[in-house]
Formats: sequence, C-alpha cells, structure tokens
Amino acid sequence: MAAVIQAVGTTAGGAETRALRLAFLAMVAIIAIAPLAVYPIFLMKVMCFALFACAFNLLIGFGGLLSFGHAMFFGMGGYVAAYSAKEWGVTPELAVLLATACTAVLAWVAGLLAIRRQGIYFAMITLALAQMVFFFCLQAPFTGGEDGIQSVPRGKLFGVVDLADNRAMYVFVAAIFLGGFLLIWRIVHSPFGQVLKAIRENEPRAISLGYDTDRYKLVAFILSGTLSGLAGGTKSLVFQLASLTDVHWSMSGEVVLMTLVGGLGTLFGPVVGAAVIVTMQNYLAQLGAWVTVVQGAIFVVCVLAFRRGIVGELGALFKGRKLR
Amino acid sequence: MKRTLTSAAVAAALAALSGTAAAQISDGVVKIGVMNDMSGLYADIAGPGSVTAARMAVEDFQKTSKAGLKVEVVGADHQNKPDVGSNIARQWYDVDKVDAIFDVPTSSVALAVSQITRDKGKAFLVSGAATSDLSGKACSPNTIHWTYDTWMLANGTGNAIVKTGGDTWFFLTADYAFGHALERDTEAAVLKGGGKVVGKVRHPFPGTDFSSFLLQAQASKAKIIGLANAGGDTINSIKQAAEFGITKGGQNLAGLLVFITDVHGLGLQTAQGLIFTETFYWDLNDDTRAWSRRFAAANGGKYPSMVQAGVYSSVLHYLKAIEAGKTDDGTKVINQMKAMPTDDPLFGKGSIRPDGRKVHPAYLVEVKKPSESKGPYDYYKIRATIPADQAFRPMDQGDCPLVKK
Repeated sequence: MAAVIQAVGTTAGGAETRALRLAFLAMVAIIAIAPLAVYPIFLMKVMCFALFACAFNLLIGFGGLLSFGHAMFFGMGGYVAAYSAKEWGVTPELAVLLATACTAVLAWVAGLLAIRRQGIYFAMITLALAQMVFFFCLQAPFTGGEDGIQSVPRGKLFGVVDLADNRAMYVFVAAIFLGGFLLIWRIVHSPFGQVLKAIRENEPRAISLGYDTDRYKLVAFILSGTLSGLAGGTKSLVFQLASLTDVHWSMSGEVVLMTLVGGLGTLFGPVVGAAVIVTMQNYLAQLGAWVTVVQGAIFVVCVLAFRRGIVGELGALFKGRKLR
Repeated sequence: MKRTLTSAAVAAALAALSGTAAAQISDGVVKIGVMNDMSGLYADIAGPGSVTAARMAVEDFQKTSKAGLKVEVVGADHQNKPDVGSNIARQWYDVDKVDAIFDVPTSSVALAVSQITRDKGKAFLVSGAATSDLSGKACSPNTIHWTYDTWMLANGTGNAIVKTGGDTWFFLTADYAFGHALERDTEAAVLKGGGKVVGKVRHPFPGTDFSSFLLQAQASKAKIIGLANAGGDTINSIKQAAEFGITKGGQNLAGLLVFITDVHGLGLQTAQGLIFTETFYWDLNDDTRAWSRRFAAANGGKYPSMVQAGVYSSVLHYLKAIEAGKTDDGTKVINQMKAMPTDDPLFGKGSIRPDGRKVHPAYLVEVKKPSESKGPYDYYKIRATIPADQAFRPMDQGDCPLVKK
C-alpha cells in the first residue's frame, strides 16, 4: 500500500501536474508549428513511432514488464491497415480501426501466454511469439512476403477529406497521436494505473493486498499492444506501404532504445526518444555506415551517463533544484 | 510549390513561343540521388561504390558533352527499410530538388520508391533491385529497370546450364515467397530446355545449418544443385557444400543470386565450380577492363559489381537523354531514354523497352579453380553468352499495364 500511496502522492502533486500540462501544451504547439519548418512526412513518422514508444512504455515504464516482441503488434497493425485499405478499399479511419481491433485480439492471446512469467522469461516468451508472427508474415500470401504491401491508397477520411494531401494526413496523424497520448496519460493516472505501478514496485505485496495482478498485467499488455497496432496501422497509411521491417525483431529492439533514450516510466520520455532516434536515422542517412555506429555510441553514452533518459534526467534536475 | 509550377509553366510557354532551344533544367542543376544500402548486407554490391560509379559517369559525360549541364550527385543509406527509403525519396523530391534516383537494391524499397517517383513525375533508374515486377505488374512510365532481374537470373541460369550439359537438377530453396518464385522460374526454364528436376527441398529462412539438405542434394546425384536463395543463405550453403566436398564429387552448384563480391568474400577455394548469371564482368573486353581499373583505383581497390556498373551506365544514358531532350522533366527524360539506343563501354549497345526493361546480353559464368586464376578478381570463366533478345522476359509475358497486347 505504501507504494500505492507514494505513487498517488507523486503523480497527484499539484506542481507536477501543472508541469505535465505545460509540457503537453508545448508539445501541441510544436506539433502545430513544426510542419512550417520541418518536412511533414518526417514529422508524421516521428509521431507514429512516438505513439508506438508511448504504448511500449505503458507496459515497461508503468507495469515493469519488458516485452521484447512489440514489433508483432506494430507490424501486424501495419499489415492489416494496408491490406484492408488496398484490397477492400475501406476508408482510412476504418482501416486503422480494423488494425487496432486485430492487434487487440493478438495482444490478448499473446498476453495470456506471456504474463505467466516475469523478467527475462517474459521477455523471451514475447520474443518467441513475435518471431512466430514474423514467420507468419513472411509466409502468408496476403503480406506479399519480402516485397510487402505496396502503393496503399491513403483514401478519403470519412469518405470526404482526401488524405493524399499531406496537410490533411498530418492533421489525421496528429489527432491519432494526441488521442493515444491522452489515453495513456489517463490510464497512467487512473486507479488502474496506480495498481499497475504497485505491481511494478512489489508484485507479492500487491497480491497480498488482494489484487489479482495477472488480470491487471493482462489488461496492461492488451492496452499496450493495441496502441502499438494503432501506431503501426497509421504508419502504413503515411508511407503507403507495410513491410517485414516493422515485424522484424530489430524493431522490437528499436522501440526499447527509443524508450530508454527518452526516459523510462516518464510520460514524455518515449516521445522525445522516438524523435531523437528517428531524426538520427533520417538525417544521418547520408553518413552511410556511420549511422549504426553513431546510434550505438549514443546508446552507450545514454546508459552510462544518464540512465534515467533525457526526460527522466531533466525531471530529476528540476526536482533537485526545488529541494535546494 | 505552386509558384515554382507556375514559373516553370511560364518559362516553358516562353521558350515555346520564342522558339529557342534553351534547355529546361529545373533550378539550373541536374541533381542525381544514389540511394542504396551503405552499411548492411548489400553495401559491397552497391553501397559507396555506386556513388563512385555515378560520379565517374558524370565526369565522363562532361568530357564529351557541350551542353554545359551542371550535375550534382548525392547519396543516402536506406538501411534496407522501405519506410526509410520512402522517406528519403519523398524528401529528396519535395525538399532537396533531386531530379532522379538511381540504384536502390532491396525489392521492397525499390517498389516503394517507384510508386513515389510516379506520383511526383520524376525519374527512377533501378540497378540494384531484383524483382521482375518492376517491369511487370508494377511497371511505371517513370521507372527503368537497368541491370538484371529475377526472371533473367532464373531463366539465364536454368536454360543456359541445361544447354551446356547440366540437365538434372536438385533445388535447395529458401522457404518464402522470393525463394519460391526463383525456384518456379528456374524450374520452368530447366524443363523448357529439356532438363529434369530430380528433387527439391525447402530450408527455413534465414537458415544457418544446411547439412541435412545438402546431403539430400548429394544423394540425389543431380548434376546441378540450384540454390534458390539469396544473401547470407547462399553464402552459407556454398560454404557448407564445400565442406561436404560436393563440387569435388562432380556436382556443380548453381547460384541464382550471386555477385562477384560474394565470390571475392568466399575465396576461390570455396566457391570454385559455382555457376551463375551476371550481366557484367570486368574482364570482358578492353573497355570494361580499362573502366574497371579506373573504378577500382577510386574505390579502394575493389572491382565493380554488375550493380555498380549498371549505375554508371544508367547515369550516363540519363544525362545523354537530358542533353538530347533539353529537359530534366522526369517523364520526358524517361521517354527520351527509351527512344534513344543505349551505348556505353560497359554493356555495349542496347535498348530500353516500353515496359521500362533495359536489355543487354547476359553471361553464364563459372567460378575458376584457384589454379586457373591469375590474381585477385580473376574469377570467372564465361560458359555461355545469352543474347540480349533472349536474356530477359518477353514483354507480353510481364503483365505490364503500359504495354498493349
């Protein structure tokens, strides 16, 4: 209970809530202004990955469960959205919803199996399941194997707004990202989120307090997987393609990297982390072989020098100043 | 965007009115983007070497051209990820004023870039990607597939080997769509040539241990073991076949997707006797030898792969088409390129078909024994030359919507 009270105490603190709100407003402002200066498709990519990282962070940062198979949700969401938009000609919002629904079912099945174990075993089970999904996507005829699903139409939102226009697409993606982000914010600060944090801190104690921890973990897993699927589905519409890259295990690793660099267990950390990693991949692409070297070096520096991630360290800095 | 469009339209109208032949080059510069895998699996086949090849093509063009074109070459790494590649392509076209994209190995990335190029009305010249869909189902008026494709590899290797005596086959196939397609196309060519397939086995992708599959292949007594796989799988199966002494036992391995850089990496001791098809070898004639030595000097001693040669050849023809057509508008340049016969020191004389397929001869090569090789990169014996009109898939079989039947 102490953990629960402490968790409630810190998150409900007036100053912190105010700081979070300010940060959120700043983020909305950045999203609104950025396309004037930065290439919009790049920003949409950042938002998709940011939502993916936030969903992943919901599980590891607040539930303490390190999944090493989140690419299966991200990739599967992408395939479902791309396939339904291209082959069935459904409108984009339906394609994204279908993707979300399918990944919810996938997450439910995967979650039932995975949450029975903790720590490294949990990570290994999720990795194994993700590999199974990868092989399914490699073999199934509808995914197009190596070539992926190409030239997916973006379609018309609600049958009216043409998303082929980058500005309309940008608003659509921004709405999905902000919606997903607010949902995660709400979940984290709900009684459910508090129990989740209690489980993260001390699972036996949460059990002894009468919480059915397996159910909490399963729901957290499903929520995280579903939101990852939402991110994947949106990304496939932005780029008009779905491919094996997004279900490959290295994608599961990339999202861990994003979350770690940004700050584990902070609301804004994954957003910042996703922005940093995607920017690196994008703007260092000219450097060729050095991309992976630079990425590795940043990871090492991050783990050695600021283990709480960019946002985590900033938060600690502010807190420290106030105490003094 | 709108303003540039209008001004371009005004400029075009003025030029037409005044009847001058002033070249219409957007922003005064022809900007060439070479996009490929700079650090991963295909970095040796394409990679920085392709950028070098593009620069050499620009140099050679400027030596003979009187048009005074300003040409700029940029490069980027798509990391074999379609979304990274698609992001770079859009950014190049929208922001960085790139006029044409070259190379792009990895089929999924090439298909994505082809679609974007079509939407933006630019030009895309594929050298590195293999899928024959680029001049088939997914063909585009803005894309030319230059160097090779899967149909040509399967058909060339299958048909030509049967003609030169290898008439019984056993397939070792990677168990996914790409492997199945290679196996299907090659088998068709083998059967058409009068050969026989005595067996096949599928290995998981990606595979590491091929021993049980190779033993089955050995026991089948087929003269040729066809490797319908790619990249690391091919390398591993060749290495393990050498350990089992399969080639020494009189059987030959036929690779369907092998490059000279792979042979260089494997070494002749391991790769000897391997048969496969390429469209370029540095030691074909005086022109290719001279060019390849120049290339190697600029590329840290590494000799060119056919993909890098293809980039040189496609850049050269692209620039010639701009000079002849006096415009760098993507769709118009591609049409101009198709209208002009191609001629360069590496692939000789050739042409580009309406479906976007560049045709030139292909060569069935066999890797030399270590005793036959005179030095580094002296690797191939040419077993057969497949003439240009037979090397590639006939246009009416490709299902390309651009071609009326």
